[in-house]
Amino acid sequence: MSREDEQSESSERANSAEQRSADRSSGRSPREDGEERPVSIDAEVREIRTDGGDEVDIPEVKYASGSGVPIQGNDIDTDQIIPARFMKVVTFDGLGEFAFFDLRFDEDDNQKEHPFNEQRYQDSSIMVVNGNFGCGSSREHAPQALMRWGIDAIIGESFAEIFAGNCLALGIPTVTADTKTIQELQAWVDDNPDGEIDVDVEAETVTYGGQTIDVTVDDAQRKALVDGIWDTTALMKSNAGEVQKKAEELPYVDDSAISS
Amino acid sequence: MSEGTLYDKVWDRHKVTTLPTGQDQLFVGLHLIHEVTSPQAFGMLEERDLEVAYPELTHATVDHIVPTADQSRPYAEDSAEEMMSELEQNVREAGIEFSDPTTGDQGIVHVIGPEQGLTQPGKTIVCGDSHTSTHGAFGALAFGIGTSQIRDVLATGTIAMEKQKVRKIEITGELDDGVEAKDIILEIISRLGTEGGVGYVYEYAGEAIESLGMEGRMSICNMSIEGGARAGYVNPDETTYEWLEETDYFQENPEKFEELKPYWESIASDDDAEYDDVVTIDGSELEPVVTWGTTPGQGIGVTDPIPAPEDLPADKEDTARRAQEHMRVEPGETMDGYDIDVAFLGSCTNARLPDLRRGAEIVEGRQVDDDVRALVVPGSQRVQETAEKEGLKDIYEEAGFEWRNAGCSMCLGMNEDQLEGDEACASSSNRNFVGRQGSKDGRTVLMNPRMVAAAAITGEVTDVRELKEVSTA
Repeated sequence: MSREDEQSESSERANSAEQRSADRSSGRSPREDGEERPVSIDAEVREIRTDGGDEVDIPEVKYASGSGVPIQGNDIDTDQIIPARFMKVVTFDGLGEFAFFDLRFDEDDNQKEHPFNEQRYQDSSIMVVNGNFGCGSSREHAPQALMRWGIDAIIGESFAEIFAGNCLALGIPTVTADTKTIQELQAWVDDNPDGEIDVDVEAETVTYGGQTIDVTVDDAQRKALVDGIWDTTALMKSNAGEVQKKAEELPYVDDSAISS
Repeated sequence: MSEGTLYDKVWDRHKVTTLPTGQDQLFVGLHLIHEVTSPQAFGMLEERDLEVAYPELTHATVDHIVPTADQSRPYAEDSAEEMMSELEQNVREAGIEFSDPTTGDQGIVHVIGPEQGLTQPGKTIVCGDSHTSTHGAFGALAFGIGTSQIRDVLATGTIAMEKQKVRKIEITGELDDGVEAKDIILEIISRLGTEGGVGYVYEYAGEAIESLGMEGRMSICNMSIEGGARAGYVNPDETTYEWLEETDYFQENPEKFEELKPYWESIASDDDAEYDDVVTIDGSELEPVVTWGTTPGQGIGVTDPIPAPEDLPADKEDTARRAQEHMRVEPGETMDGYDIDVAFLGSCTNARLPDLRRGAEIVEGRQVDDDVRALVVPGSQRVQETAEKEGLKDIYEEAGFEWRNAGCSMCLGMNEDQLEGDEACASSSNRNFVGRQGSKDGRTVLMNPRMVAAAAITGEVTDVRELKEVSTA
């Protein structure tokens, strides 16, 4: 199936949660070489409404709720989250099905053991990870793939900086807690795959299984998510005058580079 | 918090305002773009009906997907051709200069920026690529960004960021023969860990750093991100200025050189600057470093024993066990003698002229092992051209290496240059992640360029210092 087909199909079927779930659990590899591969749906991709010009409506992200999916291991890098060969595209559409691809499928496209392949996690939206998650490249394709698979928030021991920044730019909270707390949560998710996890970004807490634990959300991230200012383009564009003044002050910026 | 460091000064000079999020809005002096991470950002601009704010401060190249063998258009791979066409259209519409392959200036983004004099001390430099930290070698504040941030920079000429801490890493003493910049950075990462730099910017200093040329400094800053630090830099000095004076920009604008020099000198860290952390490493004790695992932090001296996972800190144990299984190595063994199938001399870490020259010194008069596939991929068309004029191409080809055109190539396997099956690769690149070089069973051993050359000759990881002795005996 060509990429174009894949895109049009995914947009036609977008926002169908049942379908998304069915596709996720179909257990079929979506590689391009085979015939009639299922096409996964981009999960409810956050809607950024543009009303022309700079007017953009950015939703506030105060909470995220849903069942969990544990992804165990330290140093899970962006090449594992989305192998580079799936980045030969000019849009992010359809990346969801390639999340953790090489960890999920072998050479012959047979499923390997991985939480993203497990039936019980197909409706999960809160990912629970360990240390230094998302290290490696700056590819936004990594959080894009996770978001389009259905992830709304990530709880972990620690995150690589660029990855966390990319998540923020998509309105995905990356909240942290210590090793023991994370391991306990991962074990709980394993026992309670349908159990609800509530991430309260503003209060910096996570509630699950009748208990509420403290987590940490980076200050700027919390403010940006809670106030709905995580999409910084319009915010920064409104300072265009000051930006130009700054450009004029810098000795290395040629006059010709500054529009008047 | 740090005070009086280059980081503090460059930050202050570029700070536009503090945003309601608490982040600072920083002016971006140079925005480098390439074909993989920019098309979606241009798409976002179009959706919002926004234009590129500072096209003259933006510069494009094509590197990740470009074929290194046959570069005739259309490219053999449809997806590569589509990405290239998209970039061509985007830069044409926005009026952005593009070092495309027809200009003779094309190459890996972190090689061409410095080459053309776009990279300068005291600039803020961003690119949708984590190895943007490379440009810090010139005393620039340079870091990788994601695609939504590329949109921000395209639309506003600025970026939203939180200020970080500064760790000074001092490398004292003189390096041994056979020990290079690459070994310094691999040693730093293995000591401080792959997440040791999260929240920090690294300032590299000390005698061993100051005595390096610009290319060596670039190799070090390049891999800052592998240690978790989003940016790394070296204070500018005479070595920096001499290099800059030869670049296009200052050859064309010699008056600018004198005009800007006081600015460059003013942004260097003060002698009494305050740091959030200082780490000192004795450079004279280093030996060539190679990786045994699947993160760049899993490095050891070539003659050192591979550690047992249970002897490592608890949070590293599990990763180490999985890495050793993947690499098929045992604790107690050395990497010296590890069989390799492929030798890759290239990437934004080590594909500049001095890298190719040093590799050629090892290769000259020798033959690539019969079982090894060896390739040299110059970092840019200019590096390639000069190397060819110097006769390096002939040396490599006579020894049995393939000599390719410029691009990222087998560093990340986005073009046709990939490992196959479980091949093991001696690589001068920057990441040994599982699957990084195009095959999920592929095995990558990171090392300096001369070590790559030596491994190509012997067919196994080899202490290049020993190889030298053999040849002169």
